[in-house]
Amino acid sequence: MQVLFARHHVRVFRFVLRLVRNDATAEDLISEVFLDVWRQAGKFEGRSAVSTWLLSIARFKALSVLRRKPESELDEAAAEAIEDTSDTADVALEKKQKADIIRKCLSGLSADHREIVDLVYYHEKSVEEVAEIVGIPEATVKTRMFYARKKLAELLKAQGIERGWP
Amino acid sequence: MNTNKNEAEKLPEDVELLLPWHAAGTLSRRDAARVEQALANDNELATRYEMVREELGETIRLNETLGAPSARAMQQLFAKIDAEPVRTPKVSFNLGAWLTEFVTSFQPRTLAYGAMAAALAIVLQAGLLAGMFAKDGGTGFTTASAPENAKGAFVAVRFNPQASAADITKFLTDNKASLVGGPVAGGLFKLRMSDSAMSEDQLSTVVKNISANPVIGFAAKAN
Repeated sequence: MQVLFARHHVRVFRFVLRLVRNDATAEDLISEVFLDVWRQAGKFEGRSAVSTWLLSIARFKALSVLRRKPESELDEAAAEAIEDTSDTADVALEKKQKADIIRKCLSGLSADHREIVDLVYYHEKSVEEVAEIVGIPEATVKTRMFYARKKLAELLKAQGIERGWP
Repeated sequence: MNTNKNEAEKLPEDVELLLPWHAAGTLSRRDAARVEQALANDNELATRYEMVREELGETIRLNETLGAPSARAMQQLFAKIDAEPVRTPKVSFNLGAWLTEFVTSFQPRTLAYGAMAAALAIVLQAGLLAGMFAKDGGTGFTTASAPENAKGAFVAVRFNPQASAADITKFLTDNKASLVGGPVAGGLFKLRMSDSAMSEDQLSTVVKNISANPVIGFAAKAN
């Protein structure tokens, strides 16, 4: 269990943190995730990668916590992630590098879109693995990723970065 | 969730939908070839692919800035496990299943680095063999990776799996080191750090210095 924890806990933590946006909650959740793994080790059939199994459990735990949160708290968390648009687009471009703006916009995506972008880009999950983790059909995985990217492009455009797509 | 509602809108070709997975290197060989072909024939798609690569890079950077959990998480976990009822561990061991799980637990990028390190090891071994051959054949030259005499100061190292072949070559050049043996169990290589012998203290300093180099994962004195 120590080896498994050492190998995977950082990535699981980051995945959960991006969903719940609270360090303490994310830390509590990863101990819950690995406790579940310890309890259910016999049920793991090896049909998918261990990391896919871990992320599935982590996602379920994170969503359970989010469902328990009052609506106002969720709104507050989402609001914190949205870029301050008090500057004009030109000023914002002058103040920040493009990469910074992309990262801010990635943080401003909805939970569904953040989740799929992280799974594909950071956790390097295939279409099939994302479908397994999120519990949606593979076709929906592809379209959800497309719309996440489209939303990102819209957020970037609002920040003065016109990429010519979509 | 209103995501499903949005997903009813008009969609692009399937190959464009696959660009993020192509950038992440998680497509099947067949799909990857399909995307590669489309990219070669469609400049606009290639431009969009560059956007995908940009997004991928920033997503990785964003996640890497999130840090790691504190030791509290692990303490909490093992306290909970200690509080669990005692269980009888399963004693059967399936080597095949374990190997499959071990290999699949690595990310594609890590596997790529591993493959690169393996390729480097093959090249270095080839150099070693070529050097021995050249010596035996009396053709009058030796390779840099396999000097013929056994004198000098040696260290055993394990290269960082993330170090590229270019990184390792630069390390060897910068340190005037040559590879004289390995890899042995644990992925260790034997390096000659000097043609003349060194005192224990001098060799300790060398080990300390090279240990600080990001190319080196482990270093120790060797005979």
